[in-house]
Amino acid sequence: MKKLISLLVVLMVVFSFLFGSIALAQEELTIGLSFPSLSFAWFSFLEEAVKEKAAQLGGIEVISLEAEDKVSNQISIIEDMIIRGVDGVLLVPIEVEAVVPAVEALNQANIPVVTVDRRIKEDAPVEVLCHVGADNVEGGRKAGQFVVDKLIEKYGAPKGVVIELIGTPGAGPAIDRSGGFNEIIGQYPDIIIKSQTANFRRDDGMRVMEDFIMSTPEIDAVFGGNDEMVLGAIQAMQASGMLDVEEVITVGFDALPESLELIEQGILDATIEQFPGRQASTAFEVLVNYLWEGQEPADKVILIEPAVITKENLDQAEKSF
Amino acid sequence: MPSLPEEKTTSVSIAGRFFIFWEKAGILLAFIVVCVVFGILTPVFFHPLNILNVIRQVSIIGVMAVGMTFVILLAGIDLSVGSIVAFTGIIAAAFQVKWGGSLFLSIVVPLLIGAGIGFFNGFVSTKGGLHPFIVTLGSMSIFRGATLLVAQGRPISGMSPEFRFIGAGMVGPIPFPVILFLGSVVVAGIVLRKTVFGRYIYAIGGNPEAALLSGIRVDRYKILAFTILGFLAGLSGLILTSRLNSGELVAGQGYELDVIASVIIGGTSLMGGEGGVYGSLIGALLIGVISNGLNLLGVQPYWQMIVKGAIIILAVLLDKMRQRFRAS
Repeated sequence: MKKLISLLVVLMVVFSFLFGSIALAQEELTIGLSFPSLSFAWFSFLEEAVKEKAAQLGGIEVISLEAEDKVSNQISIIEDMIIRGVDGVLLVPIEVEAVVPAVEALNQANIPVVTVDRRIKEDAPVEVLCHVGADNVEGGRKAGQFVVDKLIEKYGAPKGVVIELIGTPGAGPAIDRSGGFNEIIGQYPDIIIKSQTANFRRDDGMRVMEDFIMSTPEIDAVFGGNDEMVLGAIQAMQASGMLDVEEVITVGFDALPESLELIEQGILDATIEQFPGRQASTAFEVLVNYLWEGQEPADKVILIEPAVITKENLDQAEKSF
Repeated sequence: MPSLPEEKTTSVSIAGRFFIFWEKAGILLAFIVVCVVFGILTPVFFHPLNILNVIRQVSIIGVMAVGMTFVILLAGIDLSVGSIVAFTGIIAAAFQVKWGGSLFLSIVVPLLIGAGIGFFNGFVSTKGGLHPFIVTLGSMSIFRGATLLVAQGRPISGMSPEFRFIGAGMVGPIPFPVILFLGSVVVAGIVLRKTVFGRYIYAIGGNPEAALLSGIRVDRYKILAFTILGFLAGLSGLILTSRLNSGELVAGQGYELDVIASVIIGGTSLMGGEGGVYGSLIGALLIGVISNGLNLLGVQPYWQMIVKGAIIILAVLLDKMRQRFRAS
């Protein structure tokens, strides 16, 4: 009995020490964020969501550095973070492969990494604690299905001319979104699809659309791999006076606040919501839980299901930008 | 032996005639050939609406190419124009949407800021004795960052209808930016050909030391050239923001290369002192037409980049051959 009591006392002492040290560690967490570039509204929103979550949890310092969308910058940022001794890194790799050496260095320094939104090449010899992202292929499929449904509504059969504005050549989301979209549209031989790159940019979206309006008089639908490109295309259609924007089926991607406004006005038909706020805060939580409580995430990959936002379900959008 | 030199002159004059023709009309000829080829491949190319589209698409780059012509004529270079476009554009958008919505301020302040940045580039590079390549590389980064700072990481959208006239308005059948573009070409053409300032630009570009020794205040004209370019880049920023109905953070990224390429394709020498603004007009139109025509044909952008690059090299190579011919 005495032995048991003394054991309990010892255990309690040990536990209180442990908890004490954990409480101490909580004060000191420093998390590094490395995103491609904060000049994209999308990433600046991710950053904000992370900082909000950090403020909510308390006692976490967040360091965010600008990589200007250049891989070499991102690698040096991560190296700087290692030297600075951050406790964990939240990473959106600019490119699937080129950032691998930097993640290797993080592994060697025993600094856990969670990737958000974009992944690192799957068979890369590095350890990533968890990936939290949107399923871009699924989002593309959903956009494709939306366009097909609308075309059936219009013509009674899946047919028509669809313009696709693709994001920056080689970028993961551009490939995945376009892949998912074409997977669905490709099943219907009567739908003619014309694709061109507009580099995820509004000015390019407008310019390319102006040219499409000249070369393709009959346009039934426009899908953009992000909202910026579709917003540019809408400007081009409105300015041309040759197409009725409200008639043309328009679908974007990202659910920017501007797009949601246009959906409300009936100009844009739909956009794909990827819940960036949920992505960022989930990723951040996974990282912090691991650092504070040593809790490994149940899944190595957490994919957040994208949703089609239309006039009917506008309230489902995060509207968080 | 009177026949020998005579023979020589005829053999020279065939090549000579070609190069004189090239010098006068070379890039124009290339431009016409490209247009005719596209016109045959895709008839819609010559549709009046498409022609207006192209000139309007080109106007943003073109306005800057006018200013860049001054700078390159003085053997300078400016890499910061794309960032000036973004910064002045976001300032205009901020005045429209966030800072009270005054039309006057949202036009005047960006133009003054553009001119100010140009003045800064010119002042630091001349008085500080730095190559403008380095100075403007610096301001390129400074004002891209300043853009993000003002915008707080997100685009600013929703301009007033009056402001939207700058980029989207029409005067009769002619888009307003086209008028701004062609107007600046004509004014710059007159300035370069008919004014003392214009003659000094060529004199300084051709031989800066001689110009300095003959009492021309070289630095002052260089600063002025950069200021003009900065002002016109500000104007481009207004046009772009107005057209897009949004101040974009990535606006103008990479524009500096198209602007410089327009000027060089147009026959203005990077060494300074040679060339002119009408060449830059054709250079800008050529780049615009290539991209428009390939889009109409549905060609992948990879090819567009290759073709554009090849034409730039070809144009400069021919320019070099012309100079070598003249020297011999």
